[in-house]
Amino acid sequence: MDLVLQLLFTGIGIGAVYALVALGFVLIFRATNVVNFAQGEFSMVAAYLMVVCAVDLELPYWLSFIIALAGMAVIGVIFNLGVYYPLRHRTYLPVIIATIGASILMANGVLALYGPQPQVLPGWFDTPGIQLGPVYLDSQYLLIIVVTIALVIFNYWFFEHTMIGKKLQATSQDKEMASLLGISVSTMIMVTFIYSAVLGGLAGLLVAPILFVSIQMGSTIALKAFAATIIGGFGDVTGAIIGGLALGIIETFGAAYISVPYKDGFAFLVLVLFLVFRPQGIFGERVAEKA
Amino acid sequence: MSTSSDNIPAVVITRPKPLLLRHAPYFIGAAIVVFLASSMQFDGYILNILMQATTFAIAVFGLSVVLGLCGQINLAQAAFFGFGAYAVGIGTTDYQLSYWLCLVAGCVMALIAGAVLGLSTLRLGGHYLAMVTISFQQIVTLVMINAIWLTKGPDGVSKIGRPSLFLSSQSYLAFCVAMLALVGYVVWHLPETRLGRAMRAVRDNELAAGVNGIDVFRTKVYAFAISAVLGGLGGGLFAGGFAYISPDQFSFAESIVFLTMSLLGGVASPIGSAIGTGLLILIPEWLRFLKSVPGLYLAIYGLSVILIIRFMPDGIWGFVTAAYDRMRSSKKVAVTSAPLQLKPAATGGDMVLEVTGLSKHFGGLKAVDQVDISVRRGGVHALIGPNGSGKTTTLNVLSGLYNATSGKVVLDGTDVTTMPPHLRAAAGLGRTFQNIRLFRSMTALENVIIGAERPGNTLTGKGDEAALTERALAALTFVGLGPRAMELISSFSYGHQRLIEIARALAANPTLLLLDEPAAGLNSTEKLELHELLKRIAAQGLTILIIDHDMTLVSEAAQHITVLNFGRRIADGESMAVLRHPDVVSAYLGTD
Repeated sequence: MDLVLQLLFTGIGIGAVYALVALGFVLIFRATNVVNFAQGEFSMVAAYLMVVCAVDLELPYWLSFIIALAGMAVIGVIFNLGVYYPLRHRTYLPVIIATIGASILMANGVLALYGPQPQVLPGWFDTPGIQLGPVYLDSQYLLIIVVTIALVIFNYWFFEHTMIGKKLQATSQDKEMASLLGISVSTMIMVTFIYSAVLGGLAGLLVAPILFVSIQMGSTIALKAFAATIIGGFGDVTGAIIGGLALGIIETFGAAYISVPYKDGFAFLVLVLFLVFRPQGIFGERVAEKA
Repeated sequence: MSTSSDNIPAVVITRPKPLLLRHAPYFIGAAIVVFLASSMQFDGYILNILMQATTFAIAVFGLSVVLGLCGQINLAQAAFFGFGAYAVGIGTTDYQLSYWLCLVAGCVMALIAGAVLGLSTLRLGGHYLAMVTISFQQIVTLVMINAIWLTKGPDGVSKIGRPSLFLSSQSYLAFCVAMLALVGYVVWHLPETRLGRAMRAVRDNELAAGVNGIDVFRTKVYAFAISAVLGGLGGGLFAGGFAYISPDQFSFAESIVFLTMSLLGGVASPIGSAIGTGLLILIPEWLRFLKSVPGLYLAIYGLSVILIIRFMPDGIWGFVTAAYDRMRSSKKVAVTSAPLQLKPAATGGDMVLEVTGLSKHFGGLKAVDQVDISVRRGGVHALIGPNGSGKTTTLNVLSGLYNATSGKVVLDGTDVTTMPPHLRAAAGLGRTFQNIRLFRSMTALENVIIGAERPGNTLTGKGDEAALTERALAALTFVGLGPRAMELISSFSYGHQRLIEIARALAANPTLLLLDEPAAGLNSTEKLELHELLKRIAAQGLTILIIDHDMTLVSEAAQHITVLNFGRRIADGESMAVLRHPDVVSAYLGTD
C-alpha cells in the first residue's frame, strides 16, 4: 500500500508534465487546426537554455528561469513566422510535415550546438523533499503539481475572463467571423504560438531536474502528451489534463510492476487501445467535415 | 457551355498498341541497367553506395504510394524497412532458413504490421496517423534494442546470408536493381489503375470519393499496407547487401531521411523518389566533413523539409513536370463516342426513394426532424426551404455523410439507412455538392472515369479502361465539355466545374441523382443551360432530387416539391399547389 501511494504521487507528478505539454498541443490545435509536432521540442530547448544559463553561466536560478521562458517566447514567434504562417492556407498535411521538419531541426540543432552528452540540471529547492506518513514527497514533484494546478486555474481565467482570452477563443472557433469583428487573426495566432511555446518550455524546465536534459526528451514528452490528448479527447482542454495525469500514473505503475525498459511503450499501448475502442477519447467528440 | 463538338476534327481515342508492347522500352531500359550493374566493375565503395541507393529507393517508392498518391503520412518507414532487414538477418543466421523464405516473411510481417496500424488509425484524421506511426517507430526501436534474445540488441546481426544464386556483391546488386525496376514499374503505373485512381481521389477529396463509390477507408489501408510491404522488401534486400544490420539503421531519424528523400525528389512519382534517394545518398558522401558534428546532418534535413514544403511542394520532379503538364492540358481532344446512355436500375416499386421519419440532431439542435420524403420514379423532385431549414443536412444524411439519428431511408427497394457513402453509391445513389468537390489534381476525364467506375454500374461493359474512357467521354460530351476532357480541373470556370461534377455523377448511371444547389453561383445564361441539361437528363428517365433556391428553376423543372422549415416538413405535393401553400409563402416571405 505504501508503494502504491508513493507510485501514485510520482505518477501524478510526471503526468502533470504531460498535461502541460498536452495543453500546448490543444491550444495550438484549436487556434490553427493543426497539430504541432514540435511541441515537445519546446520543452527540450527550454531545458537546454536553462542549463546554459544556470549551470554554464552560473546565473541565479530564478533569472535563468525567466531568461529561458523569454527565450521560448522568441522561439514561439520564430516558429509561427517560419513554419506555420507561410503554410496557413494549405491543407493540414504540409503543415504537419513542416512541424515535423521543425522538430528534427530543433532537436538536432541543439545536438550540433551542445553535443550528445546528457546534462544535469539541479532542482529549484535545496531541500530534497519531505516525508508525509508513508509517502516521500520529492520537492520537485511537489513543485510540478503545484505549478500545474496554478496554470490550469490561470488558463481558465485567461480564456474565460480576459478580453484577449475571449478573442483567442473567437479566433479558434471561426477565423473569418473573428476578423470581421475586428480581431486581428494573425496576432491571435501569434499569441497562441507564444503562449504554447512558453507553456511547453515551462513543462521542460519543471521536468528537467527529474530527468536528464537530453536531445531525446522532447520527442519522448511529445509522444506522451499526444497520447494524453487522444485519451482525453482531441481538442479538449480538460481531457488533455486528465489524459496526461492518467498516462503518468499508468506509466509509473507499468514501470514498477511490469517492465522498466519498455516504460515508454505503455503510452503507445494505451493509445492504440483507445484508438480501437474509444477513438473520441474520454471527453471529446469528433466533428465531421461539412459537405 | 456549348454542347456541340461538330467543328472540331474528329480524333478517335484508341489504343495504338497492346500495353506490354507500349511499355517494352521501359523493360529494355531496365534490362540494360541490370546488365550494366552485373557486368561493370565497381570498387567496394561505389558498390556500397549503389546498393544503399537501390534498396532505399524501394522503401521510398512505398512513401510515394502512401503519401504521394493517397495523401496519408507514414513516419515509420524505417521500422518497416527494419522488419524486412531483421527477418532476413535473423532468419538466415540464427535459424539457417532460406534467404527467399526470409525475404517473403519480412514482407509479410511488414504487411501485417502496416495493415494493423492502418486498420486501427485510418478511420481517424491524419494527425492521428502521424502520431501513431511515430509511436510505432519508437516501439520498434525499443524492441530492437531491448529484445536481445531475438535481435541481439545494440550489437546488431552480422554475417547475414544471400541467396546462392547471387552470392557475389556484383550479382546481388544486379538482382536488387532488377527488383527496383519491377517495383518501379508497378508504382509508375499504379496511378492509372482503378486502385491508384481511388487513392488519388481519396487524397484530393475524401467526401467526394466516398459518394462516388470508393471505399475510402479500405483504399487508405491498401495504400498504407503497400507502403509497408515496399519498406519490408527494401529492408530485406538491404540486409543481404550489407551482411550487417543494427538498430540505429532503422530509427526514427532514418524514417525522416526516407521522408526527406521522398519530398525532395517529388512525392507524387517514382521518378521523383529515385531522384530524391539518389541525391540524399550522394550529397552526404560529397559533404563528409559535415558528418563530424553529430546532429548537423539531421538538422539540415529538418530545415530542408521546411523549405521544400514551403517553396517546392511538388519536389524536383514535380517542378520539372509542371511545365510539361501545362503543355499537355492545352491539348484539345475531339470525341466520336456514342451519346450518353442512362439506364437507371428499377428494382423497387413506384417510389425510387422513400424516407420515413428521418431525423438528424446535433446535440440539442434538431437540424432535421421527422421528415418524410417520397420521390417518384422518373420525375424531378425538389426539396426547398429557407436558409438553415435542413436541406443540405437532409442530403448529407441521404448520401451517408451523416448518420441519421432516427428514421429510415429506402433506395429503390433497398434499405440504405445504415450504409456508408460508398455502399449507397453502389446501391445507385449519385450526388453533387453545393461547394463543388472535384478531384483537383486530375483531368476532367479522370474525374468522370472515377464516376463511371461506380460498383454496380451496368453500362461500362467489361469495365476495362477503354469502356470506362468511352463512358466518361460520353458523359462529358453530354454536358458539353467533351473536347476539353484532357484538361486539369483548375483550368475550368466555376460553371464548367459544376457541369463536370454532374457528368461524374451521370457517368455512374445512378438510380437517383441528388443535386445540391446546382444553380448556386451560376449566371443567368448558365442557369438556362443547366435547366436544359436537367430536361435532357430527365428525358432519359433518371430520377432527380434537387435542392435549389432558384424558384424559377425549381418551379419549371420539378413536378413535385417538398418544403422544409426549421428541420420539419411543412408542405409536400404537386409543384404549383405547394408554392401557393400559405405556410410556404410565410416561411419565405414572413408573416405580419
